[in-house]
Amino acid sequence: MLQRLRESKSAQGTILALPTTIWLFVLLIIPLILTMVVSFGRRSPDGGVIYTFTLDNYTRLFGYSTDCPDGQASCFDPLYVNILGRSLSLAFNTTLLVITLAYPLAYFIARAHPKQRNFYLFMVLIPLWTNFVIRVYAWMMLLRKEGAINIILGWLMNLLHIPFAPLEMLYTPGAVLVGMVYEFLPFMILPIYTSLEKIETPLYEAAADLGANAIKTFLRVTLPLSMPGVVAGTILVFIPVMGTFIVSDILGGRQVILVGNLIQRQFLDARDPTFGSAASLILMVMTLIVTYFYTRKFGFGEEIVVA
Amino acid sequence: MTSEFAVEMRDVVKRFITPEGNEMAAVDHVTMQIKNGEFFSMLGSSGCGKTTSLRMVAGFEWPTEGEVYIEGKAMGHTPPFQRKVNTVFQSYALFQHMTVYQNLAFGLEMEGAKDDEIKKRVGRALEMVQLTGMDRRRPRQLSGGQQQRVALARALVKTPDVLLLDEPLGALDLKLRKEMQLELKALQQQLGITFIYVTHDQEEALTMSDRIAVMSKGKVQQMGTPVEVYERPSNKFVADFIGESNFLAGKIKSISGNEASVFIPSLNAELAGMPISDGLVKGEEVNVCIRPEKIRIAEKEAVNQNMFRATVTNTVYIGVDTKVFVDAHGAKLKIWEQNRISRLDPKSFYTVGQEVWLMLMPENTLILKKD
Amino acid sequence: MNPYRRSPFVIVATVLVYIFLYAPIVGLVLYSFNASRANVTFEGFIPAYSDRVVMDGSLVKTSPCGPFHWYCELAKNGDVAEAAGNTLTIAFSATIISTIIGTMAALALQRYNFKMKPFSQLSLYVPIVIPEIVMGIGILTLFSQVFGWVNDTFNLAGDARLSLGMMTVTASHIAFMVPFVALVVQARLSGFDKSYEEAAMDLGANEWTTFRRVTFPMILPGVMSGALLAFTLSLDDFVITFFTNGPGSTTLPIYVYGLLRRIITPQVNALSTVWILVVFLAVLILQILQNREQKQHT
Repeated sequence: MLQRLRESKSAQGTILALPTTIWLFVLLIIPLILTMVVSFGRRSPDGGVIYTFTLDNYTRLFGYSTDCPDGQASCFDPLYVNILGRSLSLAFNTTLLVITLAYPLAYFIARAHPKQRNFYLFMVLIPLWTNFVIRVYAWMMLLRKEGAINIILGWLMNLLHIPFAPLEMLYTPGAVLVGMVYEFLPFMILPIYTSLEKIETPLYEAAADLGANAIKTFLRVTLPLSMPGVVAGTILVFIPVMGTFIVSDILGGRQVILVGNLIQRQFLDARDPTFGSAASLILMVMTLIVTYFYTRKFGFGEEIVVA
Repeated sequence: MTSEFAVEMRDVVKRFITPEGNEMAAVDHVTMQIKNGEFFSMLGSSGCGKTTSLRMVAGFEWPTEGEVYIEGKAMGHTPPFQRKVNTVFQSYALFQHMTVYQNLAFGLEMEGAKDDEIKKRVGRALEMVQLTGMDRRRPRQLSGGQQQRVALARALVKTPDVLLLDEPLGALDLKLRKEMQLELKALQQQLGITFIYVTHDQEEALTMSDRIAVMSKGKVQQMGTPVEVYERPSNKFVADFIGESNFLAGKIKSISGNEASVFIPSLNAELAGMPISDGLVKGEEVNVCIRPEKIRIAEKEAVNQNMFRATVTNTVYIGVDTKVFVDAHGAKLKIWEQNRISRLDPKSFYTVGQEVWLMLMPENTLILKKD
Repeated sequence: MNPYRRSPFVIVATVLVYIFLYAPIVGLVLYSFNASRANVTFEGFIPAYSDRVVMDGSLVKTSPCGPFHWYCELAKNGDVAEAAGNTLTIAFSATIISTIIGTMAALALQRYNFKMKPFSQLSLYVPIVIPEIVMGIGILTLFSQVFGWVNDTFNLAGDARLSLGMMTVTASHIAFMVPFVALVVQARLSGFDKSYEEAAMDLGANEWTTFRRVTFPMILPGVMSGALLAFTLSLDDFVITFFTNGPGSTTLPIYVYGLLRRIITPQVNALSTVWILVVFLAVLILQILQNREQKQHT
């Protein structure tokens, strides 16, 4: 038996990979399958699941409603479709904004003296390693009516003798956007930096030598070569933004409801796991579709592992 | 052409700050004039300042002092993309995200050339480097030699006044390198463009160049044709760096006209009738330099005043030559003797311990100042 | 003009982004010295040598700790201590297990061919491409269904009933950490020249000795960075923990989140400040160690 194991490379590989594969199968794959099964089920009165096959949860999600105003049997209720759309557009906006902010910083670090690069990266890592929840809280403190931003603005306006009423910034879509951008910025900086750092100086020199000025060099050489980093960063930002519920919960209050909040409430407040499962499956399908088309267009960056 | 010189460096100094914080002159008061249509090489070991000099011509670095002129125009802080010179990089620096065609077209697009013109010129350039049909490949799908040709074509397609080559053949294997040397030389003659070529390989420099600048420690040690730098090295460094040399320390005994006699203590003899260069005076300590292939070995003493007895200490047969190492009264000398006759008999070769006579012809020797 | 120098635009943008990154953190730290309990308004710093300055609700309390009033309150808070203990216990145990099995999987995937290899490799990408909340509710559903079935079938009662707790959190953490460990180690292995191992075998080492003396020491830096990544992911995790924790397994992020939804005192700021300080020191020490290692190699 031992002898056979020693000779069979295939058996050795299987044994080495087995613990991980089983673990992931039980705690990732089976839960996904279970979620799918539950999403076709029906809620029991006590908040449990009755296993059956019905598409009710999905039709409800996409606007089919029997709770209609003028006694109609069915009508279109855009509530959940709006939530899906809002989540998607927030994720797009966040990603775009994050790329805009992350790129110059990553470029700055990549072109810094090698000895200083570690320091600048270190400065990016500190906020990243500070806890996610604490970071949202920090923005709550800044954005509230009596918060630091209003204090500073008030002080400035007072100096300029302009009447000033504190701005209502907390519990707005803008607050959620800022919070999301802040939370995920480092996840974009690191992969873009990694791909920029790989570009060797002779390539910039070759571009200049062939007649390209700084802007043309950037557009034709730097940007295309850093695309793997941008792609990896986008995946690392877009997917979590789609599913996060803390940021909108704390900075959006009851005003900004995203898919994540919807799912969370179905499981904890509304106690309808079947509807929650359907929503989370739709969320998963949406992210997979976006990721698929995006990576097919730009390729799947290996930078993803680095971050 | 507005100027006699394609490129001129006037008293150029380039200082860097080392990581330890010291200032170091990578290029130290270098003056060079490179003529139009010339194949000019900068030769030296790493750190001699040759690559820095080239990069200052390209515009990647700017001189700390002095000035670089291209076609008679002072370059100042002109950026690389506004200079009519192009570079073939040591690492090739091919754009991996572009095809071969796109790599070549890049420089032309920067000039604002029209699509059909780009197509025509890229086609011609590819043909010139024998890469027709490879235009849709990516650089990494090519062999080292092919990548080298792409790098060359990418620079040449811009029809620069001067082509700068930074050890372009360094990554190729020996055989391919020798082929490419001849090809590059032929290409240069055919195009009539000025080539400035940086290398640490003396054979490469001798093979291809019209003129060579031998550099060391940021300074030009000697500038001249291959024949000049080999046959008339101006100092001990050049004599030692290009080819090999025997050096005998000595003292000038007498000077008459263009000839001098030098006393060599290690041979306990005087070498007479040697050509002398300017600036040497009687009584001066000098080095007498003789190339190993220019010493003749005789088995019997002939009547000649420049003959010395020596003992063979080692011989090495390397096919073309036999290297003979001898000891003459304590002076260690090396002699290359060409194997002109096909032979197998061990007795026909020199043996260790054998007594021989060395003949040093005065016209083959050089008197060099002591450093 | 030097074509590859950073333009003023890049420098200005960089400074602004760094300010954006640090302004919230600075605010957080400043408010931890707030003299008001309500933490709604900033009532000024707690003066260093005064006693009666801290507003706790309508009460004006003395602060024996001087400006560190809220830090003292934090130290007295048993819930925080428990949450911190839970967080570290979960992070350590999950890191150890995920590092071991993740490294094994990386070796298998990089070095061997076996039937389920494509499946194993694919499953590593699941946590990257699927939102955490989807995993979280999936795992919650699994546990609640299985536990419910076991509890009912065997008629378990009281403490014997299976419920969410430290075990479920740790197991779920391992599930999302293992892929990161495996991918990092795999990346390290892919750049690993097989001739080192062949040389060891050529010199008479068997497979196990080769692994112990040659392969493992060479991939150790990769394993360590994988473990470190896993550890920080576990410390930072909110979503998975949120769905899989039960009574007695509250972690710090969950605790803080609970506070945020109720009443906020500068204690939270004090806690955050301590957290930031610990992270800062940890990253600093790591950087120094890394630099030293790099210097030894050059």
